[in-house]
Amino acid sequence: MLQLPTMPDRGGPAQPLLIVQNLVKHFPLKGGLFGQGGKVQAVDGIDFEIRKGETLGIVGESGCGKSTASRLIMSLIEPTDGEIIFDGEKVGTAALPLKEYRRQVQMVFQDSYASLNPRLSIEESIAFGPMVHGLGRSRAIPRAHDLLTAVGLAPAQFAHRYPHELSGGQRQRVNIARALALRPRMLILDEPVSALDKSVEAQVLNMLLDLKAQFELTYLFISHDLNVVQHVADRVLVMYLGRVAEIGPVDSIFAAPQHPYTQALLASRPSMDPDRRRTEPPITGDPPNPVNPPSGCRFRTRCSLAEDICASATPPLGTTGPMHQAACHIVAPGSGHSMASREAA
Amino acid sequence: MSNVSTATPDSAGAIVSDPVKSQGYWRGVGKRVMRDKVTLVCGAILLVMLFLILFAPWIAPYDPLQGSMARRLKPVGWQGYLLGTDELGRDMLTRLMYGGRFSWFVGITPVVCAFTIGGTLGVLAGFVGGKINMLIMRATDVFYAFPSVLLAVAISGALGPGIFNAILSMTLVFIPPLIRVSESVTTSVRNLDYVESARATGANSFTIVRVHVLPNVLGPIFVYATTLVGVSMILASGLSFLGLGVKPPTPEWGMMLNTLRTAIYSQPLLATLPGICIFVTSLCFNLLSDGLRNAMDVRN
Repeated sequence: MLQLPTMPDRGGPAQPLLIVQNLVKHFPLKGGLFGQGGKVQAVDGIDFEIRKGETLGIVGESGCGKSTASRLIMSLIEPTDGEIIFDGEKVGTAALPLKEYRRQVQMVFQDSYASLNPRLSIEESIAFGPMVHGLGRSRAIPRAHDLLTAVGLAPAQFAHRYPHELSGGQRQRVNIARALALRPRMLILDEPVSALDKSVEAQVLNMLLDLKAQFELTYLFISHDLNVVQHVADRVLVMYLGRVAEIGPVDSIFAAPQHPYTQALLASRPSMDPDRRRTEPPITGDPPNPVNPPSGCRFRTRCSLAEDICASATPPLGTTGPMHQAACHIVAPGSGHSMASREAA
Repeated sequence: MSNVSTATPDSAGAIVSDPVKSQGYWRGVGKRVMRDKVTLVCGAILLVMLFLILFAPWIAPYDPLQGSMARRLKPVGWQGYLLGTDELGRDMLTRLMYGGRFSWFVGITPVVCAFTIGGTLGVLAGFVGGKINMLIMRATDVFYAFPSVLLAVAISGALGPGIFNAILSMTLVFIPPLIRVSESVTTSVRNLDYVESARATGANSFTIVRVHVLPNVLGPIFVYATTLVGVSMILASGLSFLGLGVKPPTPEWGMMLNTLRTAIYSQPLLATLPGICIFVTSLCFNLLSDGLRNAMDVRN
């Protein structure tokens, strides 16, 4: 126990590592003396699974609830509703207490500077987690040095440094080492490379792929950068305004997006061919206010294919291909949308 | 990924690969203070003053209470009385040295007490947030409704004169601003990702406060408290001046200023000497805390 080994696999490969069921987070707005203000529907009922050993990418615009979802999964904030099931056990029960769960799931934040305590040296930052879990300092520090080596930083040179003495890429490597210090089975990577410049970004991404194989990890990779997600993810989840718009294998999503929002997102990527450069944006305007989201389909206010049915009924997440699901009336047979097939499913 | 020991590939132009041994935080602060002449001079002046007032019973030339009507209000430098004599013929230098003991005591003690109480409450309010924060901060606002001097005078007046009551009233006056400062610093630190990631490791609140919050908030709170020492000395002098602090014949700078004010026309320099002491001390404390704040900024 004191060596903090990797937690054993319980359910076998068929058991998804993480199941998220109907996860909801509404932030109350501070309004008026009696708190009768509205609520921000940051995450409004999302369901998905992460299989063992895969990388699930979550993409979406700013403010769509990606980061709230990651903090909910990390149990840093309390969900309004919904359940998180890790390797077959509900988080927070006697079978899987929160502290045990936290050893298994760790997180890397976007801001590499803000996520390191400026008063702790690099080795102390990395050793903090294992020491919290009962590992002595004499063991935690050598372990921190091993992890520094694993993320490509020479311990002799970096272990005693402070965060402000490191570059952005080096700091993010330290953050990854710190997240790995508890030997977790899953890493939540919340925009881990967004703040890095392009050359460093590629190095860190490739290192993450190496570490995944080395430590047998499962990744939840959150990003707004579609190219990055295409590079690292096995499956992709597209979020829009707190809900799942589409989820499916990365090849299938990028080759044949089903949801108009996913299509627009993919079309918004700059083309490498100057002759095919877009002159108009595929979608215009900002996402609606999550305090008062549109009725029915949340994307309908910006969707070029919206019809009456989109305002009156919320589209369910329907299967459109192998492991591929989209929440749009167009792909749901019998939904009443003019582009959907007639017969009911 | 192991070829980075000589030149780090992602340093993006910054030379970070030179094997200079990294320095600890406090050593860096010390180094920056040593380069700051103003802070050094202020520190030296305060040290000299501290020496003079601490060892007053051994090095003071005369008795602070023994006067003589024959040598009342003698000017600075008069016949072995280096700084002259006061309205009762007592040696000014001796009385200033003894008076500093009280002035420093009533200047520093309330700040230390308020730093402890206000800092604890502020960090608690900032870290816990929610209802506790609301309770503490609204109570603080009530105290803020009164001007600090008025509040100190009112509390001292209600409790009656005396050095203990003066310290008590000033402690109460300094608690609200220290709560404010520590609450705002703690709130900003609490929302940083390193506190979040510490929570994500499963550390309890006590460990997080001890390892991640306190080391990052104590500096700014301490620097703010240092600026209050000057204010406190002036306030204590004010209370003594109004007769709410120490009682005559005990020497204290504020009270000496009070009793000597009648001599302002005959011996203007003599009458301002206690004021100069108060001025220099509080100025030095302010400049010292300014220098400390700069030295504690990691980005320098």
